[in-house]
Amino acid sequence: MKWFFSIIMTAILTNNYVLCKFLGICPFLGVSKKTNTAVGMSAAVIFVMVLATITTYPINLLLVKCDLEYLQTIVFILVIAALVQFVEIILKKYIPALYNSLGIYLPLITTNCAVLGVVLLNIQNGSGFAESVINSFGAGLGFMLAMVMFSGVRERLEGNDIPKFLQGLPITLVAASLTSVSFLGFTGVVEGIFG
Amino acid sequence: MAEKKPLHKELTKGFLSENPVLRLVLGTCPTLATSTSVATALGMGISASIVLICSNIAISALRKFIPSKVRIPAYIVVIASFVTIVQMLVKAFVPALNDALGVYLPLIVVNCIILGRAEAFASKNSVVASAVDGLGMGIGFTTALFCMATVREIFGAGTFLKGIGDLLAVFGDVKFDGFTIPWLNEHPLLILVLAPGGFFVFGILMACANKVAESKGKPRAELRGCAVCPMAATCSLSECANTVKEAAE
Repeated sequence: MKWFFSIIMTAILTNNYVLCKFLGICPFLGVSKKTNTAVGMSAAVIFVMVLATITTYPINLLLVKCDLEYLQTIVFILVIAALVQFVEIILKKYIPALYNSLGIYLPLITTNCAVLGVVLLNIQNGSGFAESVINSFGAGLGFMLAMVMFSGVRERLEGNDIPKFLQGLPITLVAASLTSVSFLGFTGVVEGIFG
Repeated sequence: MAEKKPLHKELTKGFLSENPVLRLVLGTCPTLATSTSVATALGMGISASIVLICSNIAISALRKFIPSKVRIPAYIVVIASFVTIVQMLVKAFVPALNDALGVYLPLIVVNCIILGRAEAFASKNSVVASAVDGLGMGIGFTTALFCMATVREIFGAGTFLKGIGDLLAVFGDVKFDGFTIPWLNEHPLLILVLAPGGFFVFGILMACANKVAESKGKPRAELRGCAVCPMAATCSLSECANTVKEAAE
């Protein structure tokens, strides 16, 4: 149990994919204007991240066995793209309620670097199956936390009197920088709690 | 001569009026992640440029054979193949860069500059024009990365071009390995090389680019993430539809 929480907390707080590893910045800046969309988008990301890890793990074993590791990039991106399409079709046909809330975000996720990033990082770290899945879930939760927090920050930014020099994108990035500083404060917390 | 002028414009637009990072706001992830030192930034810029030029050429050559319904997956396959080639070359010849870029090297595949140019330019233009467009965009991307990395490395670590020796090792034995800046080296602003510094420097650089653009009478750079996103056509996200509409107006 300790092991489980240690991986999840590391992925959410100290190794946050958006704010510490810079993966998935596009949706972080683009879809974080409203909290509702931020939650929907991140739920879809968690879903696809976990599913992609589950699918690519056996495929990677096969590639390693055949000595074809250099094909990882091309195979994984195709598997993720096909998977996203497949999930979209299934949801549309069988679970329309879920499709209506998550489905619209799915096409965006194919080219989201956080999904491919989490798959590749799991392999680079040599994680086992359970560890990879938990790490992906944690990475998705961390993405959600960053998105929801940042959408709150942006909603507050809207009504403020910002110097003309910084209006628009620059102030958004500076706000992201401050959000990122707060995550810097978590360095060492996980080691402190879980030893 | 009539053909030369537009070509020349295709080249310059990439690093001036349509700089992919500072004007179109594309490829933000690698820009933020690999600009901690000038050497890794240049390595990233050059690798991405090679992929961009090659994929632009290939996609433009194949533009009449790729059915429009499956074009996005087709582009992704082409781009992924070139990324794999570059990845293998880097691993073989510049292993230090491979370690420095880590996961960001294979992630060039999902760099939206490359898919964006394939969709917006290479799929509609001739091979030569696409190659020149790729070159211009590549130089623009590298320049923006270089500017950011210069600020972050000088103030964040007190060095300049540190580790460039590993990059130059491809051309034989080079002794040069960057400069150390006397005072800043002992008092570095460490936060600039950490994650928050990346966002901050990018924000300030964006503000400066906006200022320059405004003085030239051009609009400020806005996050049009969705409008230039190659998935915009297939995506029904309401926010996306709005941005696309705004951009069209």
